[in-house]
Amino acid sequence: MNRRSILAAAALLTAAIHAAIHAPGTARAEAIAVVGGTVHTMTGTPIPGGTVLINDGRIEAVGAGLAVPDGYRVIDAAGKPVTPGIMNAFTRLGIVEVSLESATNDDAVRALDFTAAFDVSYGINPRATAIPITRVEGVTRAAVSPVPGDGLFAGQGAVIHLGDGDDVVVEPRAFMLAALGETGAAKAGSARGSAFVTLITAIEEAARYRDADDKDAWEGAISWLDAQALVPVTTGETPLMIIADRASDITQVIGLSQRYRRLDIVLLSAREGWLVADALAAADIPVVLHPLDNLPADFESLAATQHNAARLHAAGVTIAIAGRPGGDNAHQSRLVLQYAGNAVANGLPWDAAMAALTVNPARLFGIQDRYGTLAAGQDADVVVWDGDPLEVMSAPDVVIVRGVDLPLVSRQTKLRDRYQNLGRTDRPFAYRR
Amino acid sequence: MRPYNLRVACGAVAALVALGGCAASVTVNENGVRDDTDAGRAAANGPLVTVDPDPFPSTYRPLASEPTAIVGATILDGKGGRIDNGYVVMSGGDVRAIGAGTLRPEPGVRVIDAAGKWVTAGIIDIHSHLGVYPSPSVRAHQDGNEISAPVTAEVWAEHGIWPQDPGFGRALAGGVTSLMVLPGSANLFGGRTVTLKNVPGRTVQAMKFPDAPYGLKMACGENPKRVYGAQRKRAPASRMGNVAGYRQAWARAVEYKRAWDAYADKHASGKKAKPPKRDLELDTLKGVLEGDILVHMHCYRADEMAIMIDVSREFDYHIGTFHHAVESYKIADLLAANGTCSAMWADWWGFKMEAYDTIRENIPFVHDAGACAIVHSDSDVGIQRLNQEAAKALADGRKAGLDISKAEAWAWLSLNPARAMGIDGATGSLEPGKDADVVIWSSDPFSVYAKAEQVFVDGALMWHIDDARHQPVMDFELGQPGEGDAK
Repeated sequence: MNRRSILAAAALLTAAIHAAIHAPGTARAEAIAVVGGTVHTMTGTPIPGGTVLINDGRIEAVGAGLAVPDGYRVIDAAGKPVTPGIMNAFTRLGIVEVSLESATNDDAVRALDFTAAFDVSYGINPRATAIPITRVEGVTRAAVSPVPGDGLFAGQGAVIHLGDGDDVVVEPRAFMLAALGETGAAKAGSARGSAFVTLITAIEEAARYRDADDKDAWEGAISWLDAQALVPVTTGETPLMIIADRASDITQVIGLSQRYRRLDIVLLSAREGWLVADALAAADIPVVLHPLDNLPADFESLAATQHNAARLHAAGVTIAIAGRPGGDNAHQSRLVLQYAGNAVANGLPWDAAMAALTVNPARLFGIQDRYGTLAAGQDADVVVWDGDPLEVMSAPDVVIVRGVDLPLVSRQTKLRDRYQNLGRTDRPFAYRR
Repeated sequence: MRPYNLRVACGAVAALVALGGCAASVTVNENGVRDDTDAGRAAANGPLVTVDPDPFPSTYRPLASEPTAIVGATILDGKGGRIDNGYVVMSGGDVRAIGAGTLRPEPGVRVIDAAGKWVTAGIIDIHSHLGVYPSPSVRAHQDGNEISAPVTAEVWAEHGIWPQDPGFGRALAGGVTSLMVLPGSANLFGGRTVTLKNVPGRTVQAMKFPDAPYGLKMACGENPKRVYGAQRKRAPASRMGNVAGYRQAWARAVEYKRAWDAYADKHASGKKAKPPKRDLELDTLKGVLEGDILVHMHCYRADEMAIMIDVSREFDYHIGTFHHAVESYKIADLLAANGTCSAMWADWWGFKMEAYDTIRENIPFVHDAGACAIVHSDSDVGIQRLNQEAAKALADGRKAGLDISKAEAWAWLSLNPARAMGIDGATGSLEPGKDADVVIWSSDPFSVYAKAEQVFVDGALMWHIDDARHQPVMDFELGQPGEGDAK
């Protein structure tokens, strides 16, 4: 066995282990009828006083005046907004426990001879404390992304659900992340010119690898591991997410998309995107952005404004909302609703903001057949809110993930309950549970 | 001692000018120590030497303003009160009146109809690094941590502030009228803080909040031991080393103060007295021991805060505010008893081990325990929407069963930080005679959709959301993409 075969065998074994532990979660899906709420299906106008029927983990029916079949547990959502579970399009959920404790971080590859081949899905921990902490805020899906380590390619990200159980990865290798701009330059020759050449070379080499008859004889400018990982990117099967901010960098990415038409490019960050909004729309390149960016934090975000989301949307660009690439996406991905609310405060229509938290990321990551709307056949990710979901004083009353109504409990709520009422100190706090 | 410079203070004018002829003379010795007593000069022993407490005096002057009445608004006064359909009258830079119902304004008073809008006391951010870590965040702009020794009480944040930081303007658009800029938390003693009016200035002196006391930034926990022990292989390398570092510095400060006190006593008794050698680091610590400089201590963990309270008792100083304080909820009773404020985020967590035990109810729990709760930013992004941070904390407190009003919660943003910064006599609440630091919000500021429409600092309109004439554009932003854009 040569080295390549050993690695390939190891990858297969890991995949087998991965499949073997896809055991059912600890909680069971049940038959539930969510009644009386204003149902935001994300497929049309909201349904006041609507009913959502859930069975066996999926949405069975949605509509006004639906009869509740026998045996369905009724959740009264009278007058409350009912939405799909929220999706954050860029997180490090489950791959970082404590940011400054590197042993708990599985988000970047360093000091190896591959980068694009890095696959975060193997490192995702369904029991990370951040998952329930995020879920109780109404987030039920997330793109889990690597961050750039040594190379321009950060590696392959996954899509997860935030329910119970060991099988949280719903789509491993859902996208490839690469960095251009200042970050990409720093990883690839310390100039934009070398970063673009590195990216283009990788795409060309992956296509050559894809078409090579004798892959064992591979001698290329990138490793066979990276070439193999990039093959589905070259065909557009896997989206290529590119971090770029400066308008000129975005223009170059648009050029890249015209040169390599099979690529399915998604822009991440795009703080100066509004400057070239029409060109982005014409190139049909969607953008995952952080709506709060409005400072010239560096020389590639001089034109940053909180109106970016609204302007891109108005130009016809599909947007999804997330934190900033360098931000605390491991812990604060729950704030995506607040981000969206601020985008609305700065001109984005409310419906567009909700789409940027549900159907749009579902389409970007290719899971729209399972998630993103409240429609029959979709996974039952359903949230009942005590008010406008985008409001900072609102919170979920009910969070259902894949048909399971999960308690609104996290490590943080347990600490809260332990230390509320300090005066009751008959025994040490460690005995309070 | 031979004076190397002669300056003269003229009457009530605070600025020192190099002119002769005024009554009160001031000598400055080679240690930069000033004598400002007439009597001292006459004494056989020579003048009493004292240290100038204000060598970089504020040159801030409020902008011109016209008498203005804001009427018909929902008012949160910043000290816990709410007035529906109320008015606020400002003139000469101060609040003149606040009340409910219909106001018959005097002639010449401009009237702003704020029906449907909310009016609050201006937001005060007690924890900012604007100016010392400005935008753009390039290497040349990293002026917030003097990472050359763990005890640098001698450095002052105001000497690292870039007044052209676009972040000041963004914060203004978020309703921030005053802020404290602190050195970072790399060091046990990071240096002096400075309190600013959030007004654009060519110099930092033109932004300094008049007569605001200085603060001393200290830091607990992971940062100092990481920066020195882990990264530079020198003390402190552990929390034990941190505490030893604080105590050793305070012990030196006690000695320094004793030396100055002994000198003053000896001088007063007419004996020949030589002033102690000036030490800039110990000047700051002595200022704390004398109660003139307020302690602002970065501290996350409850157990460390309790240790620091004991250190403060050992050396007889007071910790005014713990900053970040993510575990204040565990010891809110101790903090209330010690009269120490907690300046907190609504929900930051997990970025390091000492931030692992955050709960979203920290702020309301501290409030509910009768301790002083403050919402702070520590961020050029967070400072732009501190109202939303308060709103999140309030909502979570209410969900936990606490009965807290929006008016009470606004004190987390105004009067409480004003007290902790020692400027509550001038600002922090809408009361006659106080600075007219006022925000008109488009709607309830506890909503994500609310925008600060007009922001007044000392009665002067510094921000207007619909009028470019009242929107600062910093030098750095001129001639760049996005200049003057809606941000």
